[in-house]
Amino acid sequence: MLASYLKLAFKVLARRKFFTFVSLFGISFTLTVLMLATAVLDATFAPAAPESRQELTLGNSRAMMFKDGGNRWSSEAGYLLFDRYARGLGGVERLSIYASPQAVYSYPDGRKIQSFLKRTDAEFWRILDFTFLEGAPYTDADVQAARAVAVINETTRHRFFGEKPAIGGTIEADGRRYTVIGVVPDVSRLRTAPFADMWAPVTTAKSDSYRRDLMGGFNAIVLARDRSSLPRIREEFNERLKTVEFTDPRNYDTIVAPLDNKFDAFAREAPFSDRSDPSPQGWKLRLGLLVAAVLFALLPTVNLINVNVSRIMERASEIGVRKAFGASSRVLVGQFVVENVVLTLVGGAIGLVLAGLLLRVLNASGLIQYADLSLNLRVFAYGFGLALLFGLFSGVYPAWRMSRMHPVEALKGAAR
Amino acid sequence: MTAATLAGRADAREAAETTDTAIRLQGIEKVYRTERIETVALSDISLDVRAGEFVSIMGPSGCGKSTLLNVMGLLDVPTSGTVVLNGAPITSHGDRDLAAIRNREIGFIFQTFHLIPDLSVLDNVEIPLLYRRMPNGERRRRALAALDRVGLGSRVHHFPSQLSGGQQQRVAIARAIVGSPRILLADEPTGNLDSQMGDEIMAILKDLQARERTTIVMVTHDGHQAQQTERIIRLFDGRRVN
Repeated sequence: MLASYLKLAFKVLARRKFFTFVSLFGISFTLTVLMLATAVLDATFAPAAPESRQELTLGNSRAMMFKDGGNRWSSEAGYLLFDRYARGLGGVERLSIYASPQAVYSYPDGRKIQSFLKRTDAEFWRILDFTFLEGAPYTDADVQAARAVAVINETTRHRFFGEKPAIGGTIEADGRRYTVIGVVPDVSRLRTAPFADMWAPVTTAKSDSYRRDLMGGFNAIVLARDRSSLPRIREEFNERLKTVEFTDPRNYDTIVAPLDNKFDAFAREAPFSDRSDPSPQGWKLRLGLLVAAVLFALLPTVNLINVNVSRIMERASEIGVRKAFGASSRVLVGQFVVENVVLTLVGGAIGLVLAGLLLRVLNASGLIQYADLSLNLRVFAYGFGLALLFGLFSGVYPAWRMSRMHPVEALKGAAR
Repeated sequence: MTAATLAGRADAREAAETTDTAIRLQGIEKVYRTERIETVALSDISLDVRAGEFVSIMGPSGCGKSTLLNVMGLLDVPTSGTVVLNGAPITSHGDRDLAAIRNREIGFIFQTFHLIPDLSVLDNVEIPLLYRRMPNGERRRRALAALDRVGLGSRVHHFPSQLSGGQQQRVAIARAIVGSPRILLADEPTGNLDSQMGDEIMAILKDLQARERTTIVMVTHDGHQAQQTERIIRLFDGRRVN
């Protein structure tokens, strides 16, 4: 029976070309946008090198210091906060403290080159699994000795050295001359923890005043021994933050800088999150994304429902015949839902191709630095799921209306 | 002797032949109600149709012929009264139950053919079998046999729009008989055809009755065709008058 439904579905689509075009346009446009959004979310949050061990990591990139009736200060946390309170947490295998990327300028051969420099400790390279195309990362000894060494990405390598060897070469940036000791692949800007053009030891900063700041300029990432340790790590760090000694206790007596998973950490940056609340804020972003997706898909769904209702009424005679020859209402609902799902899956396939093309354009445009957006199996599965849901939602109601048709009235070509 | 008395005698005779009754209607009433008016479409109709009988229903437009056929075919539920098909009273009016009985016991032929334009002749004929558990090959075999039976074995891959009216009605007959139902209900099957094509359709129906012992009830306006059936049931204003 399914084969017969599918055959009829394709025949109906082929015969009613204008209806098919209008429906497919709406479906494929909607699904293209949803698949683009899915691809961006996937490229941002799905585990992939150099964040392959993401399910074992927690991080913080947003803190809030405040006092009831006093001041409120929301920014990145300071080096001191992590250095003093995040070391030695139970269940943590590694901790890395790193500065947020800083735009630096170089003028090789009279050319102006802007790069993003991220100063990190040596643990950074042990938590994040970068592939070294050339050379190696800097070590604890390099960091302790404040050696002006740098790891650069492929693009920076190409911009500074072209075809010449990069290892051992130097780059002048932020008032210092760095010797290149390693080259890694470009990392998309969407991956905020590993992203940079150049990485250098944290100790190469112009002054060591950062070591005394509770707030400002630093992020942390911890690698847990196992997944079961994650809640304990979060809890213990939050407890430790209650013991923070404030340099200005008249204005500040509380600091919130929880170690979140990647999605929760990202959500904490969103304007609607409550940064004074140490509990995870990811659910708000999840809800927001869901509401946005539903609202975005609602209009084309309602439109498709309307088109389907009128299309089904046009086929009243067929409904009457099928009922007369033994189709129950349930069987007819099945038939029309299958037809609609076929339509939306065709729309989904077109949407997938369009999304693939647009992702290529987006990658090439440089709008998102080093973007490597792609339609992998996961995005395809999401797209397929979205198309299926779309097909079911927009097909079930018209099919139900149709199945309620009285067979005699249907044979006369009108709904009761 | 009044018409009502004659009809009463005929009913008594029909009741005596219960063992061989394909369709029995008892006290059928069909009333259509809207907020303002109530229309009586059928009133106190009782009749029996013997298995293998070819009966025609005649009467002026709007007298309830098609409504009566729809009640016999379980496409419409009577307001009151009983329908018995092949000895089994119809007690459930549930959608699935009625659909299953229609699929098994009844074949329909309509004045306007009601073929699905998107489907080939063969696919149209297969429709009743789609709602039975049946392998594809068997379905195809039966549909081809039904098309052969109506002389359209060479047009199986055509679409309805590529056929003449007479050919379309023959496809509709093939669709009606493909599931080997014991009852065929034909609602003005020749109404949209010229007299020659109409005679062809009548010949097929008579042949089906003679060879397969199929019970046929045909609504018609055409007295000449009605005369070719075994019995004429006449309706007027929703009542039997013979």
